[in-house]
Amino acid sequence: MIVRVIATTLLAGAMLAQPASAQSTRDYISVVGSSTVYPFATVVAENFGKTTNFKTPKIESTGSGGGLKLFCSGVGVQTPDITNSSRRIKASEVADCASNGVNEIVEVVIGYDGIVVANSKDAGAMSLTLKDLFLALAKNVPNPSGAKNLVPNPYSTWKDINPALPATRIEVLGPPPTSGTRDAFVELAMEGGCDAFGFIAAMKSADNNGYKTACHTVREDGAFVEAGENDNLIVQKLEANPKALGIFGFSFLDQNSDRIRGSAIDGVEPNFDSISDGSYPVSRPLYFYVKKAHVGAVPGIKEYLDEFTREDTWGEFGYLADRGLIPLPDGEREAARERILSLAPLELTKE
Amino acid sequence: MTDQNTSVGSTLTVQRVRSGLARRYRLERWFRRFGMMAVALGLSFVLVLFASIGSNGISAFHQGYVRLDITLDEKTLDPAGSRDPEVIGKASYRTLVRDTLFDQFPEVTSRSDKRELTGLLSNGADFMVRDQVMENPGLVGTTHSFWVPVDDEIDMLMKGYIDRNVPEADRRVSDRMIGWVDQLEKGGYLESRFNTLFFTNGDSRDAELAGVRGALAGSMLTLVVTLLLSFPIGVATAVYLEEMAPKNRITDFIEVNINNLAAVPSIVFGLLGLAVFINFFGMPRSAPLVGGLVLTLMTLPTIIIASRAALKAVPPSIRQAALAVGASPLQTITHHVLPLALPGMLTGTIIGMAQALGETAPLLMIGMIAFIVDVPQTVTDPSTVLPVQIFLWADAPERAFVEKTSAAIMVLLGFLALMNIVAVLLRKRFETRW
Repeated sequence: MIVRVIATTLLAGAMLAQPASAQSTRDYISVVGSSTVYPFATVVAENFGKTTNFKTPKIESTGSGGGLKLFCSGVGVQTPDITNSSRRIKASEVADCASNGVNEIVEVVIGYDGIVVANSKDAGAMSLTLKDLFLALAKNVPNPSGAKNLVPNPYSTWKDINPALPATRIEVLGPPPTSGTRDAFVELAMEGGCDAFGFIAAMKSADNNGYKTACHTVREDGAFVEAGENDNLIVQKLEANPKALGIFGFSFLDQNSDRIRGSAIDGVEPNFDSISDGSYPVSRPLYFYVKKAHVGAVPGIKEYLDEFTREDTWGEFGYLADRGLIPLPDGEREAARERILSLAPLELTKE
Repeated sequence: MTDQNTSVGSTLTVQRVRSGLARRYRLERWFRRFGMMAVALGLSFVLVLFASIGSNGISAFHQGYVRLDITLDEKTLDPAGSRDPEVIGKASYRTLVRDTLFDQFPEVTSRSDKRELTGLLSNGADFMVRDQVMENPGLVGTTHSFWVPVDDEIDMLMKGYIDRNVPEADRRVSDRMIGWVDQLEKGGYLESRFNTLFFTNGDSRDAELAGVRGALAGSMLTLVVTLLLSFPIGVATAVYLEEMAPKNRITDFIEVNINNLAAVPSIVFGLLGLAVFINFFGMPRSAPLVGGLVLTLMTLPTIIIASRAALKAVPPSIRQAALAVGASPLQTITHHVLPLALPGMLTGTIIGMAQALGETAPLLMIGMIAFIVDVPQTVTDPSTVLPVQIFLWADAPERAFVEKTSAAIMVLLGFLALMNIVAVLLRKRFETRW
């Protein structure tokens, strides 16, 4: 009896496993990539699934780098059609793509994401400069005596850095190095502050690695707390600890505007307008990339692009703006839409 | 002389014992207290955890609904009068739903105000009305009261998560919207209902429409694959190693390896699954089939170890008796040993399954951390599982997902408790004592 039971279960297992090898087509779009773009792409995907006869695309949150790696691994239904990215594709990745037969890639800039430095509404508003942020968070900072060398960060309160700031302890909650938000913060804010010091900025051409180490290394003495990838957690911690500042994406500030306040950076408050027109210094464009070879092979890609680039979607009053995406400037969207729908492939120009 | 000596010695011993007695009792009392404190501490952690999940999540089982008395005009819905579902399905329910709402607030006229007003309703409202009409075409031509969910932010307001006292600019819900909500509430148009959508919908980025059904189905499909593969393989391995295999270096080596495998971090199995099942065998990403295979690898050692322990617990006399009356070794195993060991094996399997149910790390590698709206039907459909759903919701910026996260944890814990109860019942039912 037992033998029979085991035999039947094995047989059933084998039957269940059968369709796997038969997978030669796919009737849904497969999207991978950045966790920053994920909240926006998923909304579009859901609307796309609801309003068209196509299946809802599957969106994996793999991170920008992981997504591009999967994307560039080849052509065919086993590989994703689209990858989201919170940074631009690198030349090395384009080369990797090409070596795997992924030649024509369509680039889509969907809008901007601001990175905010925020604190609880219970505390006073902060107005910081990039230089303040660099001095507060870098591991090594220029010698306060004015000598042109780097010393371990001696500052413990904001007042030490800038007499205009309050005398509270420096305590900043931010994402870990694996996060794209951290990358962008380091590149945009810390590097921006770094360049305020002539002798470090001069290192850029002479000793690029030294420059990067000086500007990108975050202090590890407890003033900067790695609070995990979960931005909601940082928001909750800020509420509990009004003295701390937190670093996260603008959409979290937008959703929690009753509890937390974004600090002005270089005198500019983080809001839709300032991020959209580029005056807020810590903002980055968000992208996704489409494999042109899959358009037509996997049903719905063109229609998905159409849905994504509609004014109702990514426009100023579109539903993505409701979720905290900062739209492209008014004049640029229409041209971008045309370029995207004509599937003009990406050409990287050497910087 | 010797007598006296022993009596003196024994009184000395008695004295020594007596003098130390209080101390020994005290030590024992302390030891007992420490034990009790450890239990109390553990329990209090569990209680705090459950209380915080419960208090956060309980409100997710209710959802605000608004009543819309929609006139389903035959002219707009079905001009030909054919009642063809195709025609009825194509009508613009969005306009119908919005116009009904606008009629209720005639003072709202400007375009942007109307936009704000429609913000009261869930994005899914028109689809829900459409589905109801298509299910019951007799409604066309009548005025029917539909209850549709409100937007997640309005729901948060109704549940008291949005503070009405903070300045308007700092709130996600404007004063005017609060006014509308109050007006609707007074008229009896607003109601808090049991959130069935939470159990019937797949994932959604609109918190009020997001449900656990997709993740639950994904978890079940994954576990079915895991069970169908790991139970027979695990039992067969255990029976062979315990009952048939000769004791030699090779079997010792296998045994050591099985025990080691049980301690391998689960992410390693995920990497293996990615390399072997997806990249080499070309199985689809994000599918419960691959998830089940990976989790099979992970749970096999647990099942094998538990099954071997169950086999060891069967007294040798049973085997000897069977062999003595002429049963073949195979008959001995299948007729006598296996039925007796089965309850223990089942318990081990269910514990292994419970472990697999809560696993996320290996699924990360094989693409099951994904946004999937459609409820998976077969083992090759893209799907996600409950713990992954919790992880994804915990990361969503919208505040309404906070309660959804806790509610999903409650569903997962309920599922786990159910499996453990089944394990206990099976053991109770079939257990034999010698």
